[in-house]
Amino acid sequence: MRIDCNAFLGAYPWRKVPGTAPDALVQALDRVSIDAAWVTHLPGLFWRDPTEGNAWLYETARKERRFKPVPTVHPGLAQWEQVLADAANAGAPAVRCDPMYLGLEPAGGEMRVLAAACGAAHLPLMLAVRLEDGRQRHPNDRAGELPAAAVRALIRSDTDVRLLVTHADRAFVEEVHFGSTPEEARRIWWDICWIWGPPEDHLALVLDTIGSERFVFGTGQPLRLPENSIAKLDLLDLPRGTREAIESKNVGELAS
Amino acid sequence: MLVDVHAHFHHARTPRADWRERNVSRLTAGARIGISVHVASVLGSWGLTSPIYFPSPRDVTAGNDALLALQREHPDSIRGYVCVNPNDTAHARAEIVRCLDAGMIGIKLAASRRADDPLLDPIAALALERRVPVLQHIWQHRRHDWPGQEASDAVELCALARRHPDVAFILAHIGGGGDWLHSLGVVEDVPNVYVDLSGSGVDGGMLEACVESVSVERLLWGTDLTMDTGWAKLRYLETLLSKDEMALVRWKNAARIFPAGAFPSD
Repeated sequence: MRIDCNAFLGAYPWRKVPGTAPDALVQALDRVSIDAAWVTHLPGLFWRDPTEGNAWLYETARKERRFKPVPTVHPGLAQWEQVLADAANAGAPAVRCDPMYLGLEPAGGEMRVLAAACGAAHLPLMLAVRLEDGRQRHPNDRAGELPAAAVRALIRSDTDVRLLVTHADRAFVEEVHFGSTPEEARRIWWDICWIWGPPEDHLALVLDTIGSERFVFGTGQPLRLPENSIAKLDLLDLPRGTREAIESKNVGELAS
Repeated sequence: MLVDVHAHFHHARTPRADWRERNVSRLTAGARIGISVHVASVLGSWGLTSPIYFPSPRDVTAGNDALLALQREHPDSIRGYVCVNPNDTAHARAEIVRCLDAGMIGIKLAASRRADDPLLDPIAALALERRVPVLQHIWQHRRHDWPGQEASDAVELCALARRHPDVAFILAHIGGGGDWLHSLGVVEDVPNVYVDLSGSGVDGGMLEACVESVSVERLLWGTDLTMDTGWAKLRYLETLLSKDEMALVRWKNAARIFPAGAFPSD
């Protein structure tokens, strides 16, 4: 069983990306033997009201059982609590809010209120550090990267909130993990898509120093090739149980 | 057969205490991926006693010596690019002759001098004379100077390549940061520039764009600092290309531009 907790549907505004349609994503899942994908409506992240993409997302997920919708919540908009309630009612495994893309203070009042509401609703809150390498972004794509300090602040802001952070590299993961109490760190999960494999062996290192239970399988597809996250794991000599945990069990616990 | 045209190794006189582990890790991962030959370079002292991208002559020599030692230690699987700093022309040319004579098979130019600078002409002339390719570190669409390096982009490399049409130039790490789409547009009609697929970038659409721009005839597979991304790109290419096309990318294109006999089955 392999679950991709970090996938997108829909066009990317800054460059041509193949494979953004639902049927193309299904083909990609088949190609790399991924059983299910947590999906977010990608264009919505760039809309003034990102939640306008959620209805399409729910509808698409209803048609394709392998998709699990992760709707976007914007805590600066009037109806955000309803969006959160809709997500819970729809059985979404998580909700997403990328403050840097939505023009929000990453650890400001709105994000803290959202974090608390997610904690109360028992819904994990997903945040991406980045979507693309900062060196290649479109000149007008000026959203900053999520600061590690914001993740530390959010996890401290509410004792029930659980965070899923995607697209983080080794330094980011370590800064947040070792800058948190053990109790706080146990409420943060990290997807592996941006953590380097050999010869630097960052993934092997953080699995050892932080613990495999904190890591989940994510790809960032279709912006990134899903083959990469599988290759990272194939290059490790992981016990079968550990690999299964990263590929499905840990994210199952997060969503439970 | 699989040739990694963009590898690096470390040695004792670098800032990294874990240099041995990193070298072992590259060879171990390479075995798992199926890499037959790592064509590697060492950039001086990797910053210990002179800057990574502006290595002193002494560090250039020491780094190349370390790589020659690795090549002797792993004669079946490691080949070397002689790394030079073209600002010291006499030293650079002497170092190229010394290291090619000792068995290295290419020249590595990092970011000590812009690729279109006339100081690179004597290097390219020697590459032609010795029939070896030049791997040029590239920042894909450099819009300004970056600290610590005098980075070149595809426009500058192509200016050099046009002055030396009989030398094979390798545009380094198309996935290594920057606007790869810009580079692919620039190199399209410069037939002696080859695109190395290495780098941490695994962007959806990048490989399709590479094939469309320069065709499989001018693609070279490599890893650079992240072997997992290299393997991912290789796996994805297998779904895009035929077996014969894959052979070109995996090793046949490399065998064409490196000296005859550089690789085991060549």
